[in-house]
Amino acid sequence: MALATAAHEGQQHPVKLYLVVWGWLFVLSAFSYMVDYFQLQGILRWSLILLFMMLKAGLIVAVFMHMAWERVALSYAILIPPVLVLIFAGIMVFEADYTLFTREHFFHAEPG
Amino acid sequence: MPDSTPTHAQAAMAPQAGWQSLVADWSSDQRAFKSASWGKAMMWIFLLSDTFIFGCFLLAYMTVRMSTTVPWPNPSEVFALEIAGTNLPLILIAIMTFVLISSSGTMAMAVNYGYRRDRVKTAVLMLVTAAFGATFVGMQAFEWSKLIHEGVRPWENPLGAPQFGAAFFMITGFHGTHVTIGVIFLLIIARKVWRGDFDQERRGFFTSRKGRYEVVEIMGLYWHFVDLVWVFIFALFYLW
Repeated sequence: MALATAAHEGQQHPVKLYLVVWGWLFVLSAFSYMVDYFQLQGILRWSLILLFMMLKAGLIVAVFMHMAWERVALSYAILIPPVLVLIFAGIMVFEADYTLFTREHFFHAEPG
Repeated sequence: MPDSTPTHAQAAMAPQAGWQSLVADWSSDQRAFKSASWGKAMMWIFLLSDTFIFGCFLLAYMTVRMSTTVPWPNPSEVFALEIAGTNLPLILIAIMTFVLISSSGTMAMAVNYGYRRDRVKTAVLMLVTAAFGATFVGMQAFEWSKLIHEGVRPWENPLGAPQFGAAFFMITGFHGTHVTIGVIFLLIIARKVWRGDFDQERRGFFTSRKGRYEVVEIMGLYWHFVDLVWVFIFALFYLW
């Protein structure tokens, strides 16, 4: 019954862990800002922005929101459904490309 | 009842990690979320639904930005400020990001001290978190008035694509509303902590139920989520 006791007393973790994660979030945010400050472009810009974004999101959810210590039944119930949003995003990329194509094809002749 | 198994025995037998624990928890014919209280589980489910709302906003933004033939304004220039004679790109948004991350840090510490039953430190850290949140909303109000002054509206935009105005006001407005609600929520819980409600097991005004320090963690989940959404808005709206 160690598990039930732990759940009852709540999440107990050393303060140092939170401070380290906090520091990393600052560093990663500074890196994201640097990407814009130095005006990196193209694939490099995109991959860095998304990498820093996912690292920050992962740290917040795993440590600050204690998802790393929850049971798999809860983690999967919460973390898997947002994958559907990514699939939706993929669908909308095709849709947006098609809309842009029709706009350029049919409306580009007349300026404005 | 012949088919009622003692719950303690079942919990002891259940696998503790991995896929087997997932299947065991969900098929156990009891509560699925064994280590999370109902309050925490419900907050997570609410946050999941909120994820879909913000996900759809960001999706809509992506779609209009990819399909417009009018040039999109460069956020780096739109949100630049001149400080001490130098023009710094996107500086306001960077400061807002650091303010919100700081507030997430103080919130995490508040949760930690709450579970140590340190009433004063928990309340003070929650108030600091609320102050950071209020600062963030104030800076957002400044940003909004700056853009409105420049003529950006949800339906038109002198800087380029009109969809920029629609996406900007919708996404940051909805996020700012979440921060504002979070600040109010923080002040209410901080007052309860300060008064010692969770030490004396005082009954709540609306629910007539005894509160626990877990409420601070549940409040923290909401607050970290607000920070989490900002991580995505910062990357996808401001840095794209």
